[in-house]
Order: sequence, then structure tokens, then C-alpha cells
Amino acid sequence: MLHGFYGGVHPADRKKTTSKVKIAAMERPPARVVLPLCGQDGESGEPLVKAGDKVSLGQLLCPATPRFAAVHASVSGTVAAIEPCLQSWGGKALSIVLENDGKDAPARPAWTPASRRDAPQDLTPGEIVDIVRQAGIAGMGGGAFPAYLKLHSAIGRVDALLLNGAECEPYLTADERLMEERPEAVIGGTRLLMRCLALDRAVIGVEGNKYAAVAALRKQLPLRGGDVEVRTLRARYPQGSEKQLIQKLTGRRVPTGKLPADAGCVVFNVATAAAVYDAVYDAVPLTRRVVTVAGSAVAEPKNLLVPLGTPLEDLIREAGGWCAPPDRVLAGGPMMGAAQFDLSTPVTKGTSAVLGLVAAEIKPANRPEGPCLRCGRCIEACPMGLEPVYLHLYADHGRVRELAGLHIMDCTECGACAYGCPARIRLVHSIRSGKQQLRSLQEKNRGEGGAG
Amino acid sequence: MSGRPTKKSEQRPERRQEDGAARRPAKLTVASSPHMAGRDSTRMLMLDVLIALMPALIFSGCYFFGPRAFVVTAVSAAGCLAFELLFNLATRRAQTIGDLSAVVTGVLLAFTLPADVPYWVVLVGDFFAIVIVKQLFGGLGKNFMNPALAGRVFLFSFPAVMSSFPAVRQWLDLGSTVDAVSAATPMAALHDGAVPAFTLQEMFTGIRGGSLGEVSAALLLLGGAYLVIRRVIRLRIPVCYLGTVALLSYFFPPAGVADPLEWMLYQLMSGGLLLGAVFMATDYVTSPVTRMGQVYYGVGCGLLTVFLRTYGSYPEGVAFAILIMNACAWAFDKWGKPRPYGRVRSRREAAE
Repeated sequence: MLHGFYGGVHPADRKKTTSKVKIAAMERPPARVVLPLCGQDGESGEPLVKAGDKVSLGQLLCPATPRFAAVHASVSGTVAAIEPCLQSWGGKALSIVLENDGKDAPARPAWTPASRRDAPQDLTPGEIVDIVRQAGIAGMGGGAFPAYLKLHSAIGRVDALLLNGAECEPYLTADERLMEERPEAVIGGTRLLMRCLALDRAVIGVEGNKYAAVAALRKQLPLRGGDVEVRTLRARYPQGSEKQLIQKLTGRRVPTGKLPADAGCVVFNVATAAAVYDAVYDAVPLTRRVVTVAGSAVAEPKNLLVPLGTPLEDLIREAGGWCAPPDRVLAGGPMMGAAQFDLSTPVTKGTSAVLGLVAAEIKPANRPEGPCLRCGRCIEACPMGLEPVYLHLYADHGRVRELAGLHIMDCTECGACAYGCPARIRLVHSIRSGKQQLRSLQEKNRGEGGAG
Repeated sequence: MSGRPTKKSEQRPERRQEDGAARRPAKLTVASSPHMAGRDSTRMLMLDVLIALMPALIFSGCYFFGPRAFVVTAVSAAGCLAFELLFNLATRRAQTIGDLSAVVTGVLLAFTLPADVPYWVVLVGDFFAIVIVKQLFGGLGKNFMNPALAGRVFLFSFPAVMSSFPAVRQWLDLGSTVDAVSAATPMAALHDGAVPAFTLQEMFTGIRGGSLGEVSAALLLLGGAYLVIRRVIRLRIPVCYLGTVALLSYFFPPAGVADPLEWMLYQLMSGGLLLGAVFMATDYVTSPVTRMGQVYYGVGCGLLTVFLRTYGSYPEGVAFAILIMNACAWAFDKWGKPRPYGRVRSRREAAE
């Protein structure tokens, strides 16, 4: 049974260039990798190594913190520095810089791999959570939230395990290729998660335009009565957003400010499930991921399996370099990805794509803003049921109290509103600035409250 | 600005000269996501509205009233464009005539006028619509009243030319003036509580007296269907508007009406109701943006239209009804606020 989610748009998917290109490892591994120790917010963990130390592939460099998954060496070599480095979200984060020696000498696994034949019945939920924590697995759809915390919050509270294979952003094919080429890992990882949550069913949501991926997944399952269900969804953006996927697959809504577990659901990306599979059966921590390198400015668009921390420019080089001057380089998809100004920023656990877009592809998003017509398309497009037109208006006028009343913090910045705006108003930009204004007002109020 | 590229190349010596293809791009744009957009633009939406108005205009000029209908429409559109151009020049603003919204206003205003209206009256209406109603409030998107309707209502100041309508199928050539034989409009009969002398078929096809563009229900519905299919307008406002009028006319016909269904159909097809419901009430700028707000607005327009048609001193009430509801659009938006995803319904928790 399919439910709807409100709003959404239908962007051109532009996946053709890479959807049939097999995942390839890098021919020339990166000379150095940059591994951040924290996300956009939160404290960084205590690094276990210091500059000059020798490290091997998969060695633990920094244990998990409450906001950030454990960090492992993604190549073998020496620690060049531990310093703040520019990240793809636009700021700096304390990072471990590794000089690659090219040997990929593996570290001794910190846990014993499970046998493929007996598992997952042999593993207890606690053991699985422990492996997920030790392997440093984080949400690979973009959020990069530590997977073990998600599992922790979900154990005993959820009755629906959902796997996110929607990949609704244009250009992105990393998850699609993973599902097509490693369906056994996706399904196997799903079964491990089911075991961990003591559920006997799981649903993988895949957009219907990925025929080969759906076929590959279904081949792993019995025709009827399988424990994992592959459900095809009509392509629509932002279907791969956690809350919208929950609404689509279960009809439930996550209460504001609560976790999906509070609605009895938990969602993992298919790539996360595959990482769990690798961690449990091969005892390898999360040190690499599939990244789509695409866009008209890229000479040979590819799906690359790259070590985490690889600078974006190495990915571009691996994909044949530029064939046209790019106007924007994005880390992530075109709807939510961040535009880069420096290509030394690293691939992280949540980076699904690097796109080099020429000006013609961005059109008409780069046209000048016109006056708002009040056509209401942004309201119809908003999957969160907000009113972007008024958020924009109040944010521009600095009327912060009204912004709070319109629930501006509920905005997921999916960009559906700005996509459909005929006047090309930069609604997401305004909303971000509005959120910032609201945050600083709240901080000020808190500060005054504390002083008084 | 010119210093930026050089500074960049200074910061990063060409350490990867050997693989020239991977060289750093000269200039990258940084902007907020999303980096893609749909194709619709303001100008295309306006163009679609103009296309939707064409069937009614072509039949008016070629069949109902003669070439004068074309000339009145052209004068009105050109007048609106000229006033907007001159206003922008005089106030040294960026030129905005390219969005074609002035043309839409001009054509819609012409549609509400008698086909034999003197040209100077058209231009007075254009001036009021564009300069007073639209530009003085800040231009497109800022006006709170529909400019075309406000211009039309302003022209009620000239009752002599505005209350007589030429009979349909009497060919008006370019020089025709108010001397043309005028005919009773169906609206006048309805206002007196009687069924008009036209058959329902004539009403539907447009063989009846009335304003330049409002006579043919069929052609207006055709234009409306085009707008709905092109997703320029949503059905919410027209359906609520026409539905309210239909229900009220069906259940509360005046005494002496034999067939309430027939009375309802006459009500729906006469006067400017269809033109108003499809093209005027759906004007983006002056209608609410929220779904529930649009429902309230459509129902409000319908209630007021029936009220004004029954009790007003003018036979027609559409223009006043829509203008009054325009003024309430922002209030409707506040009442019609959508419930965000995951927010609970109870008011107590929402207040927290």
C-alpha cells in the first residue's frame, strides 16, 4: 500500500550518463587524504595518533563521539598533520591528514568476522550494534549521523525498518549502481539490521526509474513471501528524504523535534546497509564509498569507489578532468549539494556525488531574481507543509518572531520550493538566513536569561 | 573583482601541471542550493494567460463584434505597456515591461469593456490600472487589487459609456462609437429577477449582449481548461467560486422562477462571472497562496457575487466581489495556514 507525501517536484533526472557505468576503483589513488574528526556542529573527538605516526588501512584514528562516527585510516601511510581543514560544507573542521604510501597495508581487524553461513542468527543485537559502532558507520545518504546511535534509539521501539534506495536527486547514481552490482550486500546488510532490531520484515524503497537495480535486488529474494520487500516508488523529489520516505512507505509522520523511532520507524540508506554487511562479514571498517562524478563539465562521468578523505580534485582528475569550464562544482546532488570554491575539500561518509556543472545546466536557476508573484507554487511544492513565500518575506525583513511562528526550523532545505519558483527567488537562501537570524536571537535571549 | 582570479592563482601554484586536464577551473560560482530549476518563468506564465485569452478575443473580433474588438484590445494592451514603460522611466526603475504582465492587464481590462467604448476611456482605465493600482504600490507582485478589475471599476465614473453594450453580431468597424444600437444584456434581466430573452445555447456560445470578451462561456471555459492543463492555475479558486454561485442560485432562486436549474445556468453564464472566476479571481498577486485560503477566497467571491447581483444597484457584482476579496487575501492566508509535517493538531501543543 502506497501513501503519498505532500508537495514535491519532478526535476529532470539526468542520470543517463552514469547509470550504466560500473563502479570503478581509482586508478591513481590520492596522494593524501583528509579525514575530518567532527561534523558541521559538535565537538571533535580525541585523535589516537599524532603527526608522524605510521598508520595502516582501517586503523582506528579517532573513537566515536556522540555526534560523529569513529574515524579510520582510509589509506596506509603516515600522519602528515592534525589541523583544521576546509570541508565541503564551507567551513573548517579539525582533520587528520594522511600521506598515502600506496601500499594499502591493512590493519588487524578489531573484531572477528562472522561466518556468512550461520549469521545473522548467531549474532546478538548488541554485537551488531557494537560492530557498527567500531566500524565507524554513518548515514551514507548525506546526513552522516552515526548509525550505531540510530540503531540504539530504534531497538525495541520500531516496527518498521525502511531502506532508502530512492536516490531522488538528479545526476546521482552511486546507490543505484551499488544496488545493481552488490545486491547481496544490500540485502545481507538489511537482514543484519532486521536481526538487530528483532524485526522479521523490511522494506527497500527504490524509485521506479532504476529498473536494473530493482531487478538485481529482487533476484536475491524469493518471488513471494520474502522477508525483504523491494517497493518501487514513482519518481518524485524529495522522496529520499527520511521524513518523506517514512510518509510514503508507512503513512506515518515523524513528530516535530522527535526521531523517526518515535513514529516507530527507522530508515537506513542502502549504502549504509552494505557497509554494515562488509563490517560484519569481512571485519572492515567504513573507509571507502561510491561517489558519482558527473556533470557536463566532467570529461568521463563515472561511479568511483574512493577512499574517504580523497580531495574532490582527485576525483575530477580520475574522471578525465574538465572538458568544459565548470560554473559550479558541487559536493552532493544539484538540489541539496554545496557549491565548492576550493577543490581540496575531502569526500566524507555522506558525500554521494561530485558534480561539475556548466552554466547551461544550471539555467534557469542562475537567472536574476524577479518580484514574487504570489503564485503559491512554493507552498504546493513544500513537502514539510511550510509557506516558503512568507518565510522569504519575513526573513528578508528580519521579522524573526514571525519566522518562529511559521516553523522555519522545520525546513529541511530540500529546495523543492526554489526549484519551482517562476520568479527564481532564492527561497532556500532566504530561509537559511532566516534560520540563522532566529538562532542568534534565541542565543541572545538565552544569554540574557542566564545573566538575569 | 578583477583582482580575484590572480589572487587565486597566487595561492595555488600549478602543482599539477602535468595533467593539464585536471587544472583548476578559473572561476567557480558559489551559491545556495538548489542548483537546478524548473523551466517556468514569469513571462511564460503571462504568455500562457494571453494564449488562454486568445479564443475569446479572436471570436469577438471576427464574429461577435467585428474588428473594433481587436483595436480596443490592442489599444488597451499598448496603453498598459506604455504607462508601465513611462512610469519606470520617470521613476528611474529597472524596466519591467518584459514580463508581459502589463499586456495581460491590458487585455483583461479590454475584455470587460463594451466593444464600442471610446478609445480615450480605455486609456483612462489603463492609466488607473497600471500607474495607480499596480506601479504606485511597487509593481508586479505588490498590488493588492487586481489592476484590470480596478481599472474597470474606476471607469464606472463614466456611466454614459459604460452602461450600454452593443448588440452582438452588429458589425462594428473602427470608427464606430457609442451610437451603435445597444442591447439589453442578460445580466440586466437577471437583476430584475427574470430569465433573459436568450436561450441557454445562445448564452453558452456567446450570441448575446455583453462586454467585449465575456460573452462566450464556451470560449472562456476553453481558455480556462488550457490554463489548468498547463498548470498555470489550479482549479481550487474557480471551482469554489462557481460552485458557491451555483449552489446559492439553485437553492435560493427569486420568487417566480419556474426552473431553478435553468436559473442557475443563466446565473453562471451571464455577466462577467466566468471571465472573473477563471481569469480575474485566479490572478496570482491578489489571491491567497495557501490551499485553504484559496478555498475561503473562492467561496467569499461567490457569496459576494450573488449578494451584489441580488441586492446591488448595478446589475453585475463580479468585479466588486473580486476586488473586495482581493483586499482580504492576506487575511485568508493567515486563516488558511497549512499544518506542517509532523505538527500536532491540538492548539495547546502548537502554542508551546
